[in-house]
Amino acid sequence: MEIALDLLSWALLLVGGFFAIAGGIGVVRLPDFYTRLHASGVTDTGAAYFILAGLMIQGGLSIITVKLVLIGFFMFFSNPTSTYSLAAAAHRSGMAPLDGAGGPNKPEPVEKSLAEPIEPIEPTPTKPGGAPPSQP
Amino acid sequence: MSLSAVLFGVWLLLSGHYTPILLGLGVISTLFAVAIALRMDVVDHEGHPLHLGLRILGYLPWLMFQILRANLDVARRVLGPTLAISPRMFRVRATQRTDLGRVIFANSITLTPGTVSVELEGSEILVHALTADAANDLREGTMNRLVVGVEGHE
Repeated sequence: MEIALDLLSWALLLVGGFFAIAGGIGVVRLPDFYTRLHASGVTDTGAAYFILAGLMIQGGLSIITVKLVLIGFFMFFSNPTSTYSLAAAAHRSGMAPLDGAGGPNKPEPVEKSLAEPIEPIEPTPTKPGGAPPSQP
Repeated sequence: MSLSAVLFGVWLLLSGHYTPILLGLGVISTLFAVAIALRMDVVDHEGHPLHLGLRILGYLPWLMFQILRANLDVARRVLGPTLAISPRMFRVRATQRTDLGRVIFANSITLTPGTVSVELEGSEILVHALTADAANDLREGTMNRLVVGVEGHE
């Protein structure tokens, strides 16, 4: 039983480490700021949660595990918020994203020039309490 | 008040000592933190959304699975020899009724690797996606619907 838990814990830690390295390689390989955010997202989520899960098994049912859960909880809220701030700041300062980087998928054009003032594509009803508009 | 309770609970968990002096210090610092928060006028319904309660617990496993799936996909593309990406910007509808719901939706988008929310504009979110698949998954609107479900009817 002890050994099984250790194996599981190490497997989780290794998977987490793999995601951390993949995220790091992604940050180096990807071509522009916005795409690099996705790679850092791999490190923020996959790597972090797997490593935390592995450590929780090492910690067992103890105060350490509770603290690890709290760390995960805070990361769950703070990571996407900071990523959003970075992306929004880049967008507002006029940084244009790359349109396709030579991948096999044909890139679709950005619907609107980012330099233009932002407005909704079509008016959306925002009645408070009203039925949400149906999705196409 | 639930904020005090939560803060004191966190203190208990983090200290792990239950001697009177430490409990007393915990009470004092909890009350101090709550007093500061009240003075700053940041205590409200959104700050500690306990009312979402159990509904969000139903959403989290689904979100975790999506995060895992997206992690594998992005890792595979990043490590692949051809770097098979086609980044794009697009807008998705956020049909949540409350600001909190929209924040949960936007954060869920960002938590899923391959999609990052760039700008929240009223009831639309500008999203940057790494691949066409990631973009289409999001456009399909499953995540949006589920977050609307988390909001519930109040």
